[in-house]
Amino acid sequence: MNPVDLVGSAVGNTFRSKTRTILTILAIFVGAFTLTITNGLGTGINRYIDDTVAAMGAEDVMTVTKVAENATDASDGPREYDPDAIVGEQNGPPGTTNVVAPIGSAELDELAGIDGVVRVQPAKRVDVDSIAHDGGTEYEIGVGGFVSGMRLQLAAGEQPDIEASDFQVVIPDSYLDVLGFDDADAAIGEPVTLAVTDAERTRHEVEATVVGVAEASLGTTSSAVPNDALNDALFAAQSTGLDASELDAYSQATVWFDPASSADEVAALEADLADAGYDSTTVAQQLGAFKSVIDGIVLVLNAFAIIALLAASFGIVNTLLMSVQERTREIGLMKAMGMGSGKVFGLFSLEAVFIGFLGSAIGAGLGMIAGSAISSALGGALLADLPGLTLIAFDPVSIAAIIIVVMGVAFLAGTLPAVRAARADPVESLRYE
Amino acid sequence: MTGAHHAMTTPILSARDVRKSYGRGANRFDALKGVSLDVLEGESIAIIGKSGSGKSTLMHVLALLDQPTDGTIELAGEDTRSLSGAALNRARNQTFGFVFQQFFLTPNASVLENVMLPLKIAGVGRAERRRRALAVLEQLELADKAKNKAVSLSGGQKQRSVIARALVNRPRVIFADEPTGNLDTATGAVVEDILFDLNREHGITLIIVTHDEELASRCDRRVHIRDGLIVDIVERAPDAERAATAEERAA
Repeated sequence: MNPVDLVGSAVGNTFRSKTRTILTILAIFVGAFTLTITNGLGTGINRYIDDTVAAMGAEDVMTVTKVAENATDASDGPREYDPDAIVGEQNGPPGTTNVVAPIGSAELDELAGIDGVVRVQPAKRVDVDSIAHDGGTEYEIGVGGFVSGMRLQLAAGEQPDIEASDFQVVIPDSYLDVLGFDDADAAIGEPVTLAVTDAERTRHEVEATVVGVAEASLGTTSSAVPNDALNDALFAAQSTGLDASELDAYSQATVWFDPASSADEVAALEADLADAGYDSTTVAQQLGAFKSVIDGIVLVLNAFAIIALLAASFGIVNTLLMSVQERTREIGLMKAMGMGSGKVFGLFSLEAVFIGFLGSAIGAGLGMIAGSAISSALGGALLADLPGLTLIAFDPVSIAAIIIVVMGVAFLAGTLPAVRAARADPVESLRYE
Repeated sequence: MTGAHHAMTTPILSARDVRKSYGRGANRFDALKGVSLDVLEGESIAIIGKSGSGKSTLMHVLALLDQPTDGTIELAGEDTRSLSGAALNRARNQTFGFVFQQFFLTPNASVLENVMLPLKIAGVGRAERRRRALAVLEQLELADKAKNKAVSLSGGQKQRSVIARALVNRPRVIFADEPTGNLDTATGAVVEDILFDLNREHGITLIIVTHDEELASRCDRRVHIRDGLIVDIVERAPDAERAATAEERAA
């Protein structure tokens, strides 16, 4: 029997006992459906995290702080005062103070000299008092940093232009109403006034143009995001009156590395930085822990789906054993007519695989439809605050993997009946009534 | 004269002191206790015996469906013990056709599908096996039933389908196990005629297992088997009229 006929016969035989086959397919369907949904959940959430990583900062960027000499934990008792130490931006657990050594131009040069560092830039932290549009009411607002490679999730407009010399700002969509804009598009190109107060309590106002409106998302808080030119202007205004040595002290710096670096190369760079006395965190690391929790949950959910599949595979064993029993004489006849045991085995195995394929393909197909429906329903209601989150997303590779795994399970389940059929003695089988 | 003709050819099948036992110890049952038989190409032979006599076992052993416990089966002079499983399968597929009392048709498949089965097993292409199966159904006057499901046929049509299936591979030997056992007398006679026609017109060797003396008497030789041993081989009384015409045709 040639391979095409073998597959054709196996497929044809699958539907000889329709009710039984359909019930078996349903059992596999449940497993495959569940697996598709749980996998989609993992894909969707992880994809969202990846998008967020891009929004929070570029992938080739790490935040570097200098370890303060007496920065060891507070539980040793009161910490000796260090006039140079500054409070870092990265907050630890409540109750602890995160003290870092300042980074000045000497440290910046040192960082730039470390092998693997492409570029280094001090993080100029700006505290903006308020934002106002067209002389209207002032509202409090924070300012976030923007580095090249970062992608904000925008409701309208475009990303701030890092090279531009004019002052650009992206405002969060929650400020649209209060600033008097009808919608996101109406805000684009409009001027807004940002106010800062310097060390001498003098108020400075800087005017910037709104180039984009950001959607609230997991990574970006409701802060305005300026381009470099605006950030520098705000920083300069805020620093008015400070002397040079006070100016030359940043709490953290941003280090760029080669975007093509492998994880090992990044780790090596971090080790070098640690040797030089710097702590570093990549954006991916900041979200890594979150990702592992999601992966863990998805793994547990997948385990349930796989249990369902195992139960279904016993259904396949049962179905095929009944088929072998019913078709004993036919098997005997085919063997009498010269069909080899291998081909008989193949015939029943293929039948099992085909049942697995039908169950998993239907399960995955309906799982994708149901998953998309659920996620768009939730996206409009429960998860409306997280735009950009597709709770259940599907990637073709993992869907294909699910189908192939289920077919593999079906094949294994089919081996017992198939071996029984292959071993059948033609004389015995033909005598069977 | 027929005897002289036979002596010159190698038997298509030859059993040498074949023994077949089932079970062991106290439960041991000897189905065949040393049977030797030559089956010549083109003859028709009946294996006759009561149930339990060992006649079915002898057929299974001759048809290479079962291995003898002892002794040899030669197929066209070749010891079948030396053949691999694949070669045995090929020999059964290409050389033999089977007609069983219980038909063994796949009920919900069409007559055509059923008849094509041996060709499908042989790996013949779709178009070719369809052509050959339709030709053989035509030969057995079943062409109009080709598309019908096997389950819808009458007993005689079923047995003709089975014969078509046995013929489709152009076998040299047809094994028929009680071919008329499930048929009424009239239908059985038609099926018998078909089988003996194939034997006469196409030179296909016919090995019929039966307990029906009347059917057996139409065969060239009747091999009586009892308790696992051949007790008697009877050659058919030469039908003077037919033998003469055969001689004339040969001359």
